Amino acid sequence: MTKIRFSRRNVLKASTAIAAGAVVARIGAPVRPAQAQARTVVAEPITPALIEAAKKEGKLAFYTAMDLPVAEKFAKAFEAKFPGIGVRVERSGAERVFQRIGQEMDSRIYAVDVVNSADGAHFIVWKRNNWLAPYLPEEVARHYPAHYYDPDGLWVTTRVWLSSLGYNTNLVKAEEAPRSFADLLDPKWMGKMVKGHPAYSGTIMNATFQIVRELGWPYLEKLAKQRVMQVQSSTDPPKKLALGERAVMADGNDYNLIQLKEAGQPVEVVYPAEGTPLVTGPSAVFKSAPNPNAARLFQNWLHTLEAQQLLVDFARQHSVHALVKEKPGARKLDEIKLWKDDPVGVEKASEEIKTRYAQIFRV
Amino acid sequence: MTIALPALGVPRKHKIDLSWPILILFAAVLCVLIILPMSWLFYYSLVDRSGAFTLGNFETLFTDPVFVQPLITTLILATSSSIICCAFAAPMGWLVARTDIPLRRTVRALVTASFVTPPFLGAIAWELLAAPNSGLLNKIYRAVTGAPQDEYLFNIYSLPGLIFVISCYTFPYVFVLLANALDRIPGDLEDASSILGGRTWTTARRVTIPLALPALLAGALVAFLQAMTLFGSPAILAIPAGFHTMTTKIWSLFNYPPKPELAAAASVPLLVLTVVLLRAENLILGRRGYSVVGGKQGDPRLIRLGALKWAALAFVFVILTCPVFFPYGALLNATFSRVATSFVTFDNFTLHNIHFVFFELSATKLAVKNTFLLGVASATIGTLMALVIAYLTTRRAIRGYRALGFLATAPVAIPGIVLGVGLFLSYARPPLVLYGTLWILLLAFVTIALPAAYQQLQSAFRSVHTDLEDASRILGSTRLRTLRDITAPLLRTSVIATWCFIFVGVIRELSAAIMLFTSETKVISVLIFDLNESGDLGAISVLGLIMLAITFAVVIAVNRIPGFGDARLRNA
Repeated sequence: MTKIRFSRRNVLKASTAIAAGAVVARIGAPVRPAQAQARTVVAEPITPALIEAAKKEGKLAFYTAMDLPVAEKFAKAFEAKFPGIGVRVERSGAERVFQRIGQEMDSRIYAVDVVNSADGAHFIVWKRNNWLAPYLPEEVARHYPAHYYDPDGLWVTTRVWLSSLGYNTNLVKAEEAPRSFADLLDPKWMGKMVKGHPAYSGTIMNATFQIVRELGWPYLEKLAKQRVMQVQSSTDPPKKLALGERAVMADGNDYNLIQLKEAGQPVEVVYPAEGTPLVTGPSAVFKSAPNPNAARLFQNWLHTLEAQQLLVDFARQHSVHALVKEKPGARKLDEIKLWKDDPVGVEKASEEIKTRYAQIFRV
Repeated sequence: MTIALPALGVPRKHKIDLSWPILILFAAVLCVLIILPMSWLFYYSLVDRSGAFTLGNFETLFTDPVFVQPLITTLILATSSSIICCAFAAPMGWLVARTDIPLRRTVRALVTASFVTPPFLGAIAWELLAAPNSGLLNKIYRAVTGAPQDEYLFNIYSLPGLIFVISCYTFPYVFVLLANALDRIPGDLEDASSILGGRTWTTARRVTIPLALPALLAGALVAFLQAMTLFGSPAILAIPAGFHTMTTKIWSLFNYPPKPELAAAASVPLLVLTVVLLRAENLILGRRGYSVVGGKQGDPRLIRLGALKWAALAFVFVILTCPVFFPYGALLNATFSRVATSFVTFDNFTLHNIHFVFFELSATKLAVKNTFLLGVASATIGTLMALVIAYLTTRRAIRGYRALGFLATAPVAIPGIVLGVGLFLSYARPPLVLYGTLWILLLAFVTIALPAAYQQLQSAFRSVHTDLEDASRILGSTRLRTLRDITAPLLRTSVIATWCFIFVGVIRELSAAIMLFTSETKVISVLIFDLNESGDLGAISVLGLIMLAITFAVVIAVNRIPGFGDARLRNA
C-alpha cells in the first residue's frame, strides 16, 4: 500500500505545481501508462462463465457510502444488464460501513460481497487484515492509471469527488457568498451553516484530515464557535442547503450539490480559495463474499466504461477511466485548486481526529 | 378463594408434580433473557481492553466532561418530559374517562395513533415542521407576520425542542394509565360520596383523584424512564443541535474503534437509576391493589361539563395536533412534494418518493419482511410467556411464583439500548453466536415487551375475580374447564390487547435494534434511521406511512379474528 502511494506521489509531483505549501493534484491530467508498476494479478474480462456462475448465485450485497439514489441507480443499471442478479444496497456513512463490516467480520458474519467506501484508509486496514480478494477487472488494467488500483488487485478507485463549500442562492446573494474557508469564520454566518461529521462520513473524515493538515486545528476550533448545525453523512449538508434549512455548507459532497442544482434547486457550489479537499472512493471484493461470482461480476461492471460514464453523467462525480467523457459544461478537476488526498495519513490520524473533533464540536 | 384450593381433599399421588419443571423452565428462559446479558454488561464495565479488572471506565464516565454533560442533559430531559406529560395527559385522561366530553372514542383512537407512532418518526416529522429555517410552521409564521428570513418561531434542534418531541410520544403512556385507572374506579364509591352530601367537585377531589393518584405517579415514572432511555429522537434532534444524551453517547462509543467497556460502563447509570426509581415507586405505592371487575360493578359516573365541554374538546384537540395531526400532515406533504419542506402544489407534486421506496430502494422488501416477522413472532411468544407466568403467579399455581413474577418484571429496569449492548456482548461470540440472525432481535424484543405484557395480563387475571372461578369450581368444573369456560373468555380482550401492544412496541423499537442489526437483519426503524443520516426525507415519509399502515392493518386484522371478539388496542 505504502509503495503505491509513494509511486502515486511521484506521479503527482511530476505533474503538479507545488505552491505555498498546498499540493495541487491534477486528476484530469495525462497519466502514466499502467505498466509503470508491477502487477501480480491477471486482469479478468467479463466472461459468459462468470455471468452464468453469478446468475446461479442470483444476488449480491453492495455495502457503500455513496449517496443512496446514486447507489440504487448503479444497482438498477446492473440488474438491467444482468437480469436475475439482484443487488441489495447497504448504504450508510463510510465510517459506519467500516464499523459495521468490522463488527460483522469479528462475529464471523460474512454478509458483504462488494464494498465501495468514501475513505481510502479503510482499504489499508482491510488489506492488512487480509479480508480482500484479489480481482482486477480487465478495463481497469487497460484504462486506469496504475496508482488508482492496488497492484495485487485488491481494490480499485471507483470514483473521485470533492468536499466543497456551497450556499443556498435564495438565502445568500452570489456576491456575498463565502469564497474560502477563512470566510466561514465571519460572524455573519453564525448559526447559518451546516456540516457533516467525520465519525460517520468518510468524505468528511478525509476533508477534516486535509483541513487540519492545511489550516490546522485552530481553524476548526473557530468554526465550532459559529454554532454549526451538525449532521452526519456528507450527502446531508447539500440536502439541508436545498431545503433552505441552512444558508451555507461548510463541508459536504460537491456532487450532490451539482445534482441538486441541475434539478433546479437553489444551490451553488463553491470551491474554496485555499484549496478543496479531494476524496477518492475505492471498491473491493471481500474474500469471504457469500456470492463470490456475482461480487466479481459487479466489481468488474462497476469499472467498465458504461458504469463509469453513468458515474460522470448521473452521479456527477469524476472517473479515472481514460475513455470516460466529461459532461459538457462541467467544471473540470484541473480547473480547481485541489488538496491532495492521503489515505495513509488518514488511517494513522483517524482516531485522533474523531476524538478531537468530538471535544471541539461536542458531538 | 379458599374453597377452590386444589390440594384439599384430592390426593394426587399418581400425578407428577409439574410445578418444579415449569418453574425451572421459565426461570431458565428468563435468566437467559435477562441475567446473562446483564452479567456481561457488568463484567465489561469493570475490565480494561486487556481484560484486567479496573474502575477506570467509571472514573472516565464521571470525570470526563464528554460523559458528564450527556448525563446531566439526560436528567434534565427526563424530568422535564415527565412533568410535561403529566401536566397534559392528566387533565385529558380525566376529561375522557370521567366527563361527558363529546367524541370520547375518537379522542382515545387519536391517542392510540400517537402511541403507535414511533418516536423517531415523530422526531423526523417535527424536523419537517419546526426546523428553524425550513420548517413548515416557521414558514407559515414568516408568511403571516412578514418576519425576515432568519427569524423563527420554533427551533426543534434544541433541548426544549427535543423535550417537546419526546413528550409528544410519551404522553400516551401517562394518558392510558390514568384513563384506565379512572375507568375502573367504580361508581359506587362516588355514589356513596354524593349520598353523604358531597358535591361533584368534592367527590372528585376526595374520592376520584386520590384513587387515581397511584396511576398518575406510575405514569410520571414511565414517562421519565421513557424519556431517559429513548434513542431515536435524541439521535435525530440532539446531534444537529450539538449535544449528546446518554443513549446517543453510548451508541457513538460503538463507532470505530469500538469501546464496549466504556459503553457498558455508561449503561450502568441508566440501569441503576431505573432500578432505584422503580423501588421508590413501590415504596410509595406500597402493595395497593384493586379488584374491580368482580361479579358486581357500578359504572363510573360522568361529570356534566355543560357548555364547557366544547372548550374541553378544543383543549384536547389542540394537544392532539402535536403528536398526530401536524406530524402526519407533514409526512404526507413530504411524500408528495419534490422538496420535503415545501407545500405540495401542482408544480412540485411528485410520485417519485413512492416510486423510489417501492421500486428502487433495495432494502425496503427485506426490512418490511423482517419487521413483520419479528413483530408477529415477538408478540405471539411474548403474549404466551406473559400469559403463563401471569396465570402461575396470580393463581399461585406453583411454588416459587414470586421469583417468576420478579424475573418477568425485571427487564423493565433495562433500557433498550442497555439491553442491546448486553445482548451484543453476550451473543456476538461463541459458544452461542446469535448476532447476525433475527433471533437476537427476537430475544431483545420479547425481553423488552415482557414486563408490560406480564403486568397487563396479571392485572387482567386479577381483575377477573376468583369469585367467578370459584363459582364454576363449586358447581363441579375442573380447573381446566373453568379456565376454558370462565377465565379465557373474560381474558380474551386483554390477550389481544397485549399481543397488539407488543407488536406495536416492536415496530416502534429502535434503541436495541440499532445495536443488534446486521445488513441482513435490518428492520424498518433502522432503515429509516439510516435514511435520516443521509437526509432522504421523502423516502422516510413514505416508509413511515407504510409502517403505520402495517401497524393498523395488523391491529385491525387481529381484532377481527373470528371468535376473538372485538378489542380495542389499549394498554393497561
